[in-house]
Amino acid sequence: MRNNVMIIDERDNVGVALRDLAAGEKILSRGVEGLTAKEEIPASHKVALCAIAAGEEIIKYGEVVGVSAHEIKRGGWVHTHNLESERWKK
Amino acid sequence: MEEVGAISGYRRDGGGVGIRNHTLVIPTVSCVNGVVGRISREVPEAVCITHGHGCGRGGLRDLEILFRILTGTIQNPNVGAAVLIGLGCEVSNIRALAPHLEGIGKPLTVLNVQDDGGSLRTAEKGIRAARGYLKELAAREREPIAWEDLLISIECGGSDAMSGVTANVAMGAVSDWLVDRGATVMFGENTEMIGTAHVLARRAKDPEVAVRITEMVNRAEELNRATMGELAALVITPGNMDGGMSTIAEKSMGCIVKGGTGTIREVVDYGAIPTEKGLILQDGPGYDADSMAGFAASGSQLMLFSTGRGTPAGFPTVPVIKVASNNRLYAAMEDDMDISAGDLVEGKAIDTLRDEMIDLMIRVINGEQTKPEANGMGVFTFMTVHPPF
Repeated sequence: MRNNVMIIDERDNVGVALRDLAAGEKILSRGVEGLTAKEEIPASHKVALCAIAAGEEIIKYGEVVGVSAHEIKRGGWVHTHNLESERWKK
Repeated sequence: MEEVGAISGYRRDGGGVGIRNHTLVIPTVSCVNGVVGRISREVPEAVCITHGHGCGRGGLRDLEILFRILTGTIQNPNVGAAVLIGLGCEVSNIRALAPHLEGIGKPLTVLNVQDDGGSLRTAEKGIRAARGYLKELAAREREPIAWEDLLISIECGGSDAMSGVTANVAMGAVSDWLVDRGATVMFGENTEMIGTAHVLARRAKDPEVAVRITEMVNRAEELNRATMGELAALVITPGNMDGGMSTIAEKSMGCIVKGGTGTIREVVDYGAIPTEKGLILQDGPGYDADSMAGFAASGSQLMLFSTGRGTPAGFPTVPVIKVASNNRLYAAMEDDMDISAGDLVEGKAIDTLRDEMIDLMIRVINGEQTKPEANGMGVFTFMTVHPPF
């Protein structure tokens, strides 16, 4: 089966959806096992690879790209609704 | 037999190596663009470029950029000989430019419309000079060159949500490969570094370079806020957010990943020539056309350019390899795209794509035309910072 999520850097705690993912869909990516999308995740958006606590850093490209505003479930959609910019507050 | 992976180019008398052997015709000022137009119709093999600058701006920063870009475009080693068409009374007149063109080590004809009998007679002289140079340059032969001879610049523009996931990641892998082989790699677009100054500064060669990086990115952010006011946050646009970018840092990471992971050796001003080898940052704008003119004036012989929405733009004297971020774009604009990074989504390994890009790059260095070259999609314009008088 073709991968549907790309993980850019091995330090990342989010992956990038390569196509629209439906809620409950199995996530296929290098080194990922037993992970399903908890909700709909649009193509090119981020999915949590592990449970992320409130205030925890979101890592993509091996770097901090934001901080979670509240707890994000493993397999959850990570975007502006649950992530804050450290730099320019929304 | 030629060694696999061997690269070749034209050694210039003034130092430097070109991977193209162009005869360039360029005006000092927009007032004489029509003269260049006449020459281009008679001598289509010459690279004839026009622009909208050369006078009407007097700010010191604009003058510095104007002189550096005009002379740097002529000095670029892909140019074997040049015809410079002046007017006479312009700010960037021949006498003002001459000190910057001393010792350039290539044939140069300088004409002035006000001294050379008006536009038609100046065009006639320009046509003769350009034809002579084409003949002269045709006798030059390629010689083996080394990766250390090359400055390769990396641009992204007309980006989409996949640019920072596929094409820029692949160009970053190519960048690392080039730096490992002794080549110099440059990327710029300071507006697209906002939010990642700390990441870039951490990779600086020394504390001084780190300070330069931080200053550059802070200045880009201040300028952005001063210019756009309450719209400043739109440097990350609603469209970016629809594509899954949540923060400016995330968007900028997707941009700077195109430069790979190397140590940053130097920050050079817009259009300035690097003094170091390895990975270099250019303190230049995000607008693709302006950015490419800066890279070319800095001496870049080749550029890699990723796009997701699809821009056909190249540069007149420098081959630009267009990297599509997705296969839909590649299919839609096949005539404009040299390679697609979209297969990463289909399961292609990043190392495989990187090696394909390196193969393509070697063929282009050795003379194969890129799509923008073959299509004549070169564009020449450059940054100004002050309004005209």
